[in-house]
Amino acid sequence: MSVTVSMIVNGNSVSAEVDPRTLLVDFLRVDQRLTGTHVGCDTSQCGACVVHVNGKSVKSCTMLAAQADGAEVTTIEGLAIDGELHPMQEAFRQNHGLQCGFCTPGMIMSALDLVNVNSNPSEQEVREWLEGNLCRCTGYHNIVKSIQAGAEAMREV
Amino acid sequence: MGDTGIGASVRRKEDLRFVQGAGKYTDDMNLAGQVHAYILRSPHAHAAVRSIDTSAARAGEGVVAVFTSEDMAEVGGIPCGWQVHSKDGSAMAEPKHPVLAEGKVRHVGDPVAVVLAESRTQARDAAESIIVDYDVLDAVVDMQVAVTDGATSVHDDVGTNICYDWGLGDKEAVDEAFSNAHHVSTLDLVNNRLIPNAIEPRCAIGDYDHATGQFTLHTTSQNPHVIRLLMGAFVLGLPEHKLRVHAPDVGGGFGSKIFHYAEEIIVTWAAGQVNRPVKWTADRSESFQSDAHGRDHVTTVELALDENGKFLALRESTLANMGAYLSTFAPCVPTYLHGTLLAGQYSTPVIYCEVKAVFTNTVPVDAYRGAGRPEATYLLERIVQVAADDMGMDAAEIRRRNFIQPDEFPYQTPVALIYDTGNYEASLDKALEAADYAGFDSRKAASQLAGKLRGIGIASYIEACGIAPSNVVGSLGARAGLYEAATVRVNPTGSVSVMTGSHSHGQGHETTFAQVVSEKLGIDFDSIDIVHGDTDKIPFGMGTYGSRSIAVGGTAIVNAIDKIVAKGKKIAAHLLETSEADIEFENGQFVVPGTDKSKAFGEIALAAYVPHQYPLEELEPGLEETAFYDPKNFTFPAGTYVCEVEVDPDTGTVDIASFHATDDFGVVINPMIVEGQVHGGLVQGIGQALLEGCSYDDAGQLLSGSYMDYTMPRAADVPSFTVDTTVTECSHNPLGVKGCGEAGAIGSPPAVINAILNALSEVGVTNLDMPATPHRVWQAIRDAQAS
Repeated sequence: MSVTVSMIVNGNSVSAEVDPRTLLVDFLRVDQRLTGTHVGCDTSQCGACVVHVNGKSVKSCTMLAAQADGAEVTTIEGLAIDGELHPMQEAFRQNHGLQCGFCTPGMIMSALDLVNVNSNPSEQEVREWLEGNLCRCTGYHNIVKSIQAGAEAMREV
Repeated sequence: MGDTGIGASVRRKEDLRFVQGAGKYTDDMNLAGQVHAYILRSPHAHAAVRSIDTSAARAGEGVVAVFTSEDMAEVGGIPCGWQVHSKDGSAMAEPKHPVLAEGKVRHVGDPVAVVLAESRTQARDAAESIIVDYDVLDAVVDMQVAVTDGATSVHDDVGTNICYDWGLGDKEAVDEAFSNAHHVSTLDLVNNRLIPNAIEPRCAIGDYDHATGQFTLHTTSQNPHVIRLLMGAFVLGLPEHKLRVHAPDVGGGFGSKIFHYAEEIIVTWAAGQVNRPVKWTADRSESFQSDAHGRDHVTTVELALDENGKFLALRESTLANMGAYLSTFAPCVPTYLHGTLLAGQYSTPVIYCEVKAVFTNTVPVDAYRGAGRPEATYLLERIVQVAADDMGMDAAEIRRRNFIQPDEFPYQTPVALIYDTGNYEASLDKALEAADYAGFDSRKAASQLAGKLRGIGIASYIEACGIAPSNVVGSLGARAGLYEAATVRVNPTGSVSVMTGSHSHGQGHETTFAQVVSEKLGIDFDSIDIVHGDTDKIPFGMGTYGSRSIAVGGTAIVNAIDKIVAKGKKIAAHLLETSEADIEFENGQFVVPGTDKSKAFGEIALAAYVPHQYPLEELEPGLEETAFYDPKNFTFPAGTYVCEVEVDPDTGTVDIASFHATDDFGVVINPMIVEGQVHGGLVQGIGQALLEGCSYDDAGQLLSGSYMDYTMPRAADVPSFTVDTTVTECSHNPLGVKGCGEAGAIGSPPAVINAILNALSEVGVTNLDMPATPHRVWQAIRDAQAS
């Protein structure tokens, strides 16, 4: 048995026949070959798989692909335009907000949703927002700096 | 090369791909025709396997093959890379570590059978229909129970659960010093068991080309050459030229991806069996049950002092958990990476340490960030603090009084190491100043007014990095050399490719090593590429662990560069029609000092590959050099951490009010990256101190088997940090570097616990084990009040 799912991913209309139990993250990684979205756990704790669905951050391991039928999905691959980094991506690079890079796509997608609801977050607000994103490398210090710098850069755009 | 050379906080090359989701991790790879492996694991800690019925699974939809240990009879056990000898001279017990369970399972998660299917879900579905007839046995979980007479044996052929009973130091001299001491401080402590939890789960893809007989393993490894050596030579019997091991981008390791794991063997072997690529990716639940765990020591430590607070002797006895099998480097962690560090920064004249390594029905335990050195630092800095409290001395003063002095280097410790350089008081002073140690009392008074308990804690750590001189580790039981290799390939138009045996899985080698090359060759940073993680591209390598990459791998690169420059001088002398002795190399130019004669590096590269005017009779064309570097000694990073906490006595909650780190890493290549390494290490150490603890029940069930149950540090659990450095250069490598990867995780746990105990001293609490969870702190306060 399979179901047809159609959605807009990073501006492109895509459609595929999938097993109904296919998770959105597997649809993106396996069917769409968008491997920037990562899987770090099986209990929806780590946040490495965060993407935007209709403009809101979602853990794509917690959602079936079929539930995203008709939705607009943005992944980490959809942020840079013509090779120019999004200000939040640039802020992570400038502030050493990543080490192994595995949690980074989820961190950046989560950070963008924060800035959408709070354009000037305090350190404490950033730390609390990241409740659903684990990083084992950076100790969060430079991720917090990156997000505040990215938010500032986005305010100036 | 001021803005991209040594000492510059250059932005990382690797980040351009990572921030765009364009990194290539192992699980991002999918090979044409691949099948998916699912590994059925033991649900029991200890059981005899009576039978395995795979018939239903074999008939499952999409199933390609099902394997048990009977199918793998020709495959060897998983080897251990280090042999420790007991005090009596006997070799450690080294029971077989089968790839798939042979007649018995010995921990929850022990692999029992493998299903290959067209999809991952089909493989998993089929595995559920495998019927394993287990005869459940008593499990041995607690180390203190495991070492008692009559305890259940994890391995029948070993008889007891003791792997080795090791000692280091002059016991008689120590005992005598204790009997004559003015004061003896004593402490029992537990170094809690941790689960490393790199955010990328392990993954392995085996591939086989039947036409050439070539095997390839793509894997999440910190040291692909080591995996090739172990798996090729000891497990599958494959020669190196028929086995490629490739570790692409790796999402964190912290030690857990050093080791050779069963799954790497399974996918490589199975690819040959079914003649298709075989892919396995751990889900997080499997990571908890199959990645090697860390720490897990139970220790008694005593410190003897004279009336002035000078240390006279240290004595320590530890039980160290090995888990059910010996992981790759497990035996050396509680011995040569632990006992040898017990002098710390102090001139304690005599030290004795004994360690019993113990088998239990738990996941194997091996190196985790710091590996033995955090355990040594924790017990030492805790007992020093207990001694200070016993003697009524200030925490900083007792350390200062016992520090090895700058003019005493090189310093021979009583536990085998020779420290080359250091200035411990300089780091202490800087950390105390940053932390405003002198102003603590007023902050404490302010906390008191708010009903909170405030405490300050110090830890002065040392670590031995740059692992390691091969002749030394060989004499101590290492079954491999621990040098590093590099090839520097100058391309015809002057760009440079560096093939290094060090592996980067977050450390930023592609940037740091390029800075070194840019500085040494005087060429553009962007024209340098660092290649790592592929045995087909790199001459050889021992990989990345023990904070060794810059000290050992970096030195191999520098030595190869020296050979490039030496050859370049010969070429330049020919082109400039002068003698080689007249040529100097500076800022990317081969020059004849005092003249206007010079040749740029790029011109020499081109001449080497287009040798129209070239001393062909004396010199080969081309410009590529390889160096193998074996370190002369360990390096000895050291520093002082100061932690200040506020404890809520009503809830037991610990808030880290501030944390100041001062480290001496020798010469720092990229301060931005080094600070990042410290931040990450600090949070792993704070995680150990406050949050993390692997927990088994008495039956050996893993209670902390997911992120729902094992508390990982999150952003709101930790503060921002102040980190700073002092510098004494390493004396025995050309860069003067010491290494920085593990320090944060080594120095922070005792700083945090000392701070908490300082805060709790006013309510009568004198001891507390990690993790200092709110419940444990609250209980300790209540217990102290009750007594």
